[in-house]
Amino acid sequence: MSPITRGFHGRRRPEADADRVPPGQFVTEDFPVLSAGPTPHTALDKWTFSISGGDGPQSWSWEAFRALPAENITVDIHCVTRWSKLGTKWEGVSVDTLLSQVGHNARFVMAHCDGGYTTNLPLADVTGGQAWVAFNFDGKPLQPEHGGPARLLVPHLYFWKSAKWVRSLELLTKDEPGFWETYGYHMYGDPWREQRYAGD
Amino acid sequence: MAGTAVRGRLTWQVAEVASVLPETPSVRTIVLEVPDWAGHRAGQHVDIRLTAEDGYSAERSYSIASAPGEPLSITVERLEDGEVSPYLTEELRPDDEIEIRGPIGGYFVWDGGDDRPLLLLAGGSGIVPLRSIMRYRAQTGSHVRVRALYSSRSWTDVIYRDELDSYRQDGNADILYTLTRHQPSGWAGHTGRIDPAWLTEQAWPVNESPVAYVCGPTSFVEGVAETLVRLSYPAAAIKTERFGASGGQK
Repeated sequence: MSPITRGFHGRRRPEADADRVPPGQFVTEDFPVLSAGPTPHTALDKWTFSISGGDGPQSWSWEAFRALPAENITVDIHCVTRWSKLGTKWEGVSVDTLLSQVGHNARFVMAHCDGGYTTNLPLADVTGGQAWVAFNFDGKPLQPEHGGPARLLVPHLYFWKSAKWVRSLELLTKDEPGFWETYGYHMYGDPWREQRYAGD
Repeated sequence: MAGTAVRGRLTWQVAEVASVLPETPSVRTIVLEVPDWAGHRAGQHVDIRLTAEDGYSAERSYSIASAPGEPLSITVERLEDGEVSPYLTEELRPDDEIEIRGPIGGYFVWDGGDDRPLLLLAGGSGIVPLRSIMRYRAQTGSHVRVRALYSSRSWTDVIYRDELDSYRQDGNADILYTLTRHQPSGWAGHTGRIDPAWLTEQAWPVNESPVAYVCGPTSFVEGVAETLVRLSYPAAAIKTERFGASGGQK
């Protein structure tokens, strides 16, 4: 039970959205940026997306990737730094589509990104229509500071799991911590259970 | 990018406000008494939770302003459309209690264990974690060279001015201000943003293996980090911490 903070009243969120906002989050109209280092700028003709750890490597050039069937996605996103943004509109390729031609017995994936960033996810959380490699935001190409040309989109987990500048998925049989997970953030990151930090 | 694992559970603790210190018209430092504070590293942050009488609560993250070994303090800038920062900068007073948990973050930190020259680049209240680094460096008698470029709107918006100026005395520390909006008459410092030309002039050469810490609003960090990349700073030597208009530090 939290003690009352003398003189604090706070600003309530609109009733209509209350059930869409996880505990400890507030709604923003902006799109804040958070990353540990400089923004990488990879030219599209140098960009590839690959899947490793399955039966044989699978890799797409930007053109081949964009030729894959894409989906429009409208989702709420939740950053561990406490902002939530409701009804964001993306276009991307489902991870199911990317994995469909790869045989494997993996249970986890590690996303690898330009700039060396990594993040770990259970396979069950990036399949079944729950995750995409997104390249458009609000009808426009995803800007570099927001992870363009393409980022992972896994909206049901805290947004650091939606890795910016994603370039590959590594299929793994056991879970390993990625970048922020090594620095004390939660291995799974469910916003509805407020799994911000290790031990939450 | 090897990390120091911080895997213990972070629990909420009740902190008592020991004192509040005005820094600028819109910024104050809040010194907290935390009975079981385990200590922190320079550059880390804490989460703050405020709870209203009806149980409604709001949480935000704030960079730690004090040096490791000192009582925990945070420095907060009031944002006009903020929910938490107006309370912290205008209403909170000594003996009040708020909840905190932390310390958090293991990447944007400086432990003083290496000789790499430091390039500290701050925009506005982005100076806060960098002040913790400079303060720790001074207190430990470190001879690591440090150059800080600090961008503020005006001279009255410069946080920690006297303290930062005092670091110049040790010969290995340099602090340079730039004012973006208003300059006092006769201002001899830099004017405008930390632009590529000025940063190129002031940054440690890459062959001296510098490490840069960049903290400020997103546009500031994007611009500065991009210049450092052009100067061939390796990505791993550019540590950034950003806050958007409604980012984690509101």
